[in-house]
Order: sequence, then C-alpha cells, then structure tokens
Amino acid sequence: MTTTPRREVLEKLTPVLTKRWLSPNAWTMKTYEQLDGYAALKKALKAHPDDLIQLIKDSGLRGRGGAGFPTGLKWGFIPQGDGKPHYLVVNADEGEPGTCKDLPLMTHDPHSLIEGVIIASYAIRAERAYIYIRGEAVHAARRLRNAVVEAYDKGYLGRDILKSGFNLDVVVHSGAGAYICGEETALLDSLEGFRGQPRLRPPFPATHGLYASPTVVNNVGTISSVPYIVLGGADWWRTMGTEKSSGPMIYSLSGRIANPGQYECSMGITLRELIELAGGMQPGHELRFWTPGGSSTPLLTADHLDVPLDFEGVAGAGSILGTTATQIFSDQDCPVYATYRWLEFYHHESCGKCTPCREGNYWMVRVYQRILSGQGTHEDLDTLLDTCDNILGRSFCGLGDGATSPVTSSLQYFKQDYLDYIEGRTAPRLSEKALVGAH
Amino acid sequence: MTTPTTVFDEEIRQRAREILARYPADRTRSALLPLLHLVQSVEGHVSPAGVEFCAEVLGINKAQVGAVASFYTMYKRRPTGDWLVSVCTNTMCNVLGGQEVYDTLSEHLGVGHDETTGDGSITLEHAECLAACDYGPVMTVNYDFFDNVTPASATDLVDDLRRGNRPQPSRGARLCTLKEMSLQLAGFPDTREDAVADGVPGEPTLRGLHLAQQHGIAVAGFNPDTPIKKKDDSGTAKPAATAGAAASKPASDAKPAGDAPKPQEDKLRGAKEANK
Repeated sequence: MTTTPRREVLEKLTPVLTKRWLSPNAWTMKTYEQLDGYAALKKALKAHPDDLIQLIKDSGLRGRGGAGFPTGLKWGFIPQGDGKPHYLVVNADEGEPGTCKDLPLMTHDPHSLIEGVIIASYAIRAERAYIYIRGEAVHAARRLRNAVVEAYDKGYLGRDILKSGFNLDVVVHSGAGAYICGEETALLDSLEGFRGQPRLRPPFPATHGLYASPTVVNNVGTISSVPYIVLGGADWWRTMGTEKSSGPMIYSLSGRIANPGQYECSMGITLRELIELAGGMQPGHELRFWTPGGSSTPLLTADHLDVPLDFEGVAGAGSILGTTATQIFSDQDCPVYATYRWLEFYHHESCGKCTPCREGNYWMVRVYQRILSGQGTHEDLDTLLDTCDNILGRSFCGLGDGATSPVTSSLQYFKQDYLDYIEGRTAPRLSEKALVGAH
Repeated sequence: MTTPTTVFDEEIRQRAREILARYPADRTRSALLPLLHLVQSVEGHVSPAGVEFCAEVLGINKAQVGAVASFYTMYKRRPTGDWLVSVCTNTMCNVLGGQEVYDTLSEHLGVGHDETTGDGSITLEHAECLAACDYGPVMTVNYDFFDNVTPASATDLVDDLRRGNRPQPSRGARLCTLKEMSLQLAGFPDTREDAVADGVPGEPTLRGLHLAQQHGIAVAGFNPDTPIKKKDDSGTAKPAATAGAAASKPASDAKPAGDAPKPQEDKLRGAKEANK
C-alpha cells in the first residue's frame, strides 16, 4: 500500500551518481563508454592540475564519507614541488551501521570511481592510487578489479595516459573485516600492513599520510562525483543541494518504511520528504527515532521530520549528517535495545588502542545488559553518562566519540524507556542467565 | 609437522611475488593483508605455517605477522568450513528479524558463533553491519548476499549447502568456496566463466531511480562541454564553500586527536540535563 509522492517532492530526486545503475552492463568498459564514460578524463587531462583543484573548490563538493570536509581544500593541502611521492587513497571500507551506498556504486558502476581516481590523482600529482575496499565486499571487489584491468587495456591507466605524460598505477586492496579501518589514519596503517589503529594527529595525512608522504584520503562517493563536476561544471553541480552543502547525495533508507532503498536527492531534503518517496511508513508503524547518517550520529525523533538533511541543517538539530544512512525505527522498536546492540558493535570494533574507548564500551555493554534484563538501577544511568564523558574527546579517533552518540541521544529523548526497564514496567528483554557476575 | 615448505608450493610462492610487486619496492609490508588472504586460500584458515610463510616472504618475524592476523575478523585461526555463513545481527537487521534467524540457525546446526559443524562443511557467525540494510535482514555465504531472509529460508539454505548444492545468492556471483573466495581477496581475478557478470541490482537499489524514471525526473542543465576555468580567468570564480566543516566532524579530517565533535558534546550536556 503505497501512495504516489507529490510532484514537488519527486522533483528533489537528482539521479546523477546512481543513474548508470539502470543500465544492466554499466560495469563493463563498453557500456560505460557509451554513457559519457571517460569523457571527463579526456577533458581533465587537457586542463592544468591546479585548475582542476580550483574547479572542485568552486563546486563546493564536500566529503561523502561522513565528515563533510571540503574536497577541493583537502586536495589543495597537498604540498606541490616537494619532491616526495604523493598518494591518493580511496576509502571504500564502508561499514558504518546503516550505510549501504558505496557497495552498490562500486558493483554497478565501478568505472566512475576509477575515472574519478585518475582525475583526482592527476590533480594532486599522485602516480599511485590505492582503493582500500572492505574485505566483505567481495562482489564489488570483483567488478572493481575487472574494471581496473579494462582501464589498463584501454590505456587509461599505466604509463603516459592518453599521451599526456601522466602515469598512474591503481591497486585494489581488500581489507579483512575491521570497521576501524574506515577511519582514515587507521586505514593507512592497515594499508601499510599493520593492525588498523588510528594515528595521532597532527600531522595530518595531507603532509604525512601513506608511507609518511602527502596523501589524500577520499570516500568512494566523493571521488565518483569528480567526473560529473569536470563534465558539467561547478555551477551546474551547485544547482543541486544547498549553498554550503552542494550537489546530490545518496540517501540510504532502511527500516520501518514501505520501500527501503537508495534515493539520490538534492542535499537538504527532509526525512518527511524521504519517507514520502519511500511510500510512507509500513502499515501499523509510527516513526519514533532515526539516525540521520549511521549509528555514530546522535538519534533524532519525530520532532525532526522537517530538518534539512545537509551538513548545517543536521548539525543545527544536534546531530551529524554522517553518511546519510537513515535508519528508521518505529513505535514497535525499543531505543534502549537498539542502543545496546550498537554498543555491542562499538565494543567489538574498538581497536583497543585508547583505554577510554576499549574499556568504556566494554562496561557500557554490561550496564545495558543489566538494564535490559530487569536488574538495572537508577545509578546505572549516571554510570552511562559518566562513561560517555570519559570516552568523548578522549580517544584518538571518532570511533569512541561515535559510540557515545546513541547513548546520550537516547537518554536525552527516551529516558522514560530506561526507567520503565529499571522500575519494572517493561518486561525484561534479555534473560538473566547472561548476567552472571554483572553486579 | 607442517612447515611453509610442505604447505605452500611454487605456484603459491609465485603468487606471493605477484602480490609484493603491487607495492613500492621499499614498502613490501603493505602486502601483508593480501598475503594472509593468500595463505587462507590454501589452508582455509591462517595456520602457524601460514604465519611463518608470510613472515618469511616479507622478512619480518612471526610475532609481527601474528599480531596483524589476530586483529582482523576475516582471518580465521581455526579450520573453517567451505561455507562461512554470516548472519547480520547489528541493530537494523536485528530488529527486522536477524537475531531470530541467527538463533534458529545456531540451534539447527548445533553450533555457536565462530564454530564449525561436525562434518566440517559450515562455519556459523553473527556479523556486524554488512552494508545492505535496505535488504534486511540479510545473511551472506562467503560474503555473497542472501536478502530478506527468514528463519525458514535460512534453514533451507544451509540444508541445501549440506546436501552439496550451491544455491544462487540474491545478488552477486554464484557461490564459491571460502578458499576460492580468499584467493580473490588476495587480489587475483575470479576465473570462473562470467562470474563477474553474475547478479543484477535488486529493487531497493534501484528504487529512487525507478521513481524518477516513472515520473520523468532528470537533472537539468547538464552540458558535458562546459569549459574548465583557467587560472587567468579568475575574478569570475565563486569563492569555495569552506564554512561549517569543523563544526560537524565525526571523523578525522582535520580533527586533532582527542577533540570531541561539537554536536556530540552538546548531546552529552543535553542527556545530563535530562538525567538531573
């Protein structure tokens, strides 16, 4: 039972990066080339690299991996004429809970990423690029590796690309199952053959990245946007999105809606409009809480249906745009249980380097188990907040910070749900037998 | 006792050399993750002999290799079945029924997390988010997806595997064994005829596109011949948007280690207020 969205909402759809997914063989060189493929590369190689960096600055493109850092600025940080090798590293380690936009992109349109890689490498003067892809993403990796081979065969990779004098080698490097490697400095350590643990910053990767050389680390969606900007221009790109959050964005909708899926829309669309595009809530479900961009972004509620989902709008509502992975939960879902399950995740994925994150998440999981098994106390809520206070801002990277998001936001909006477990109004969700020694 | 010499033959050594050649000559340690996938492709797990082989190839010690191998979930330390069955039990799949699927399979197969059935064919694990939330609840076999699973469909699936069949994943390529898949993860092409062509996007992936197509929505004003401005035409270029970046940082870009992002700090204050 779905209703047709209103015209003004439909017009917020902006199929750009996703458009080729409709063409069954767009993952092959032949089809990709029929659909504007590698036209941007030919155009870019005739331009001066500095002009390409300026073009990306002018477009207002911001990172699609969650932090929203201005891409052109990042490229501009790479020192030129320093005599050191430069590197481009694509962060394809998609794993933020709720996020599922990069895997379909690499599976159905891998060449757009590779074309973006070549243009970005040319702009920052890198002769080697690595695509660090999540280990579990096996089919996306098959397609990507196949596309790299096709690009070498065509002379788009290798030496003297299209007689421009520019050389580039690309390696697709599979990870091995560690969420932390989506953090850019942990990714670099992993790519160097170590445990994936974050580095102290500064210095930043722009000067001391891979092999202590100047390095740009960009998300898949960021790099795949580049060919479109090169072709259509910065002004065209800015016709989509908002002033400070330009362009289209792939919103990944999951959960209690009629039609979960990928919706590429103009940045700044609201959740109310996205739910309308997705055919409404599932019958019998009423929106209760949601993540704007993965589990590391503080939860929002039905009061935030009209918040513009761009970088500024979501920050204004007390959360973070993140990866635009909107996980939608209803009145039939329990925010305490949801938070508990996310904390199990952060506990499992904490790399162990920083004590506050390693120990804090371990103990918070246990406090949640106690609350959910009907043995919680009012002091447990103080303990949770105290623990968050000790994790937040006291770890090397954002994993620890992210773990506090569901805890603090659910306590702010849904304290009553916690009290209902503690005071015995809600039946225990977990059995007591898991709790030996918890007190 | 097995040693690297008895387990890893000349073909594998040749593959190891190919892996090393992908990285700068003075940075061969970068080859460690693919080398670990390579040894797993031979033995089905990373054994002491596999660790020793990687150490020997890279000229580092076994403790250095072991420290890395034990950090990553996908390197298995014990013999693993041909079929690694992973059920997503992270929050979204969990509330949509993933936990029930996992519990049912665990009981049906008589094994717990990271354990292998008595016949050695199936290893079960509960997995964290597999990046397919729009198809939840999902499970994977050797990381190829089965979408919208139920306890009944998951049970049928593992029974089919135990009968020696290879059921077709919902998307992605036809199934290959854990060893075959590990070789692909080491960076070698999938040599099965047309396997890379297998799989079409499912409806959730295309939903927004189909909606746009049905209603004739397209992005206007795209002209692929738009010129790229040169430095000398400056004065016409708009200033780049740089504002707001530092305020909304969950990740590391330009965030000094230990700085908390503002929205999360505010959230902590809000929660403390609510808890008073």
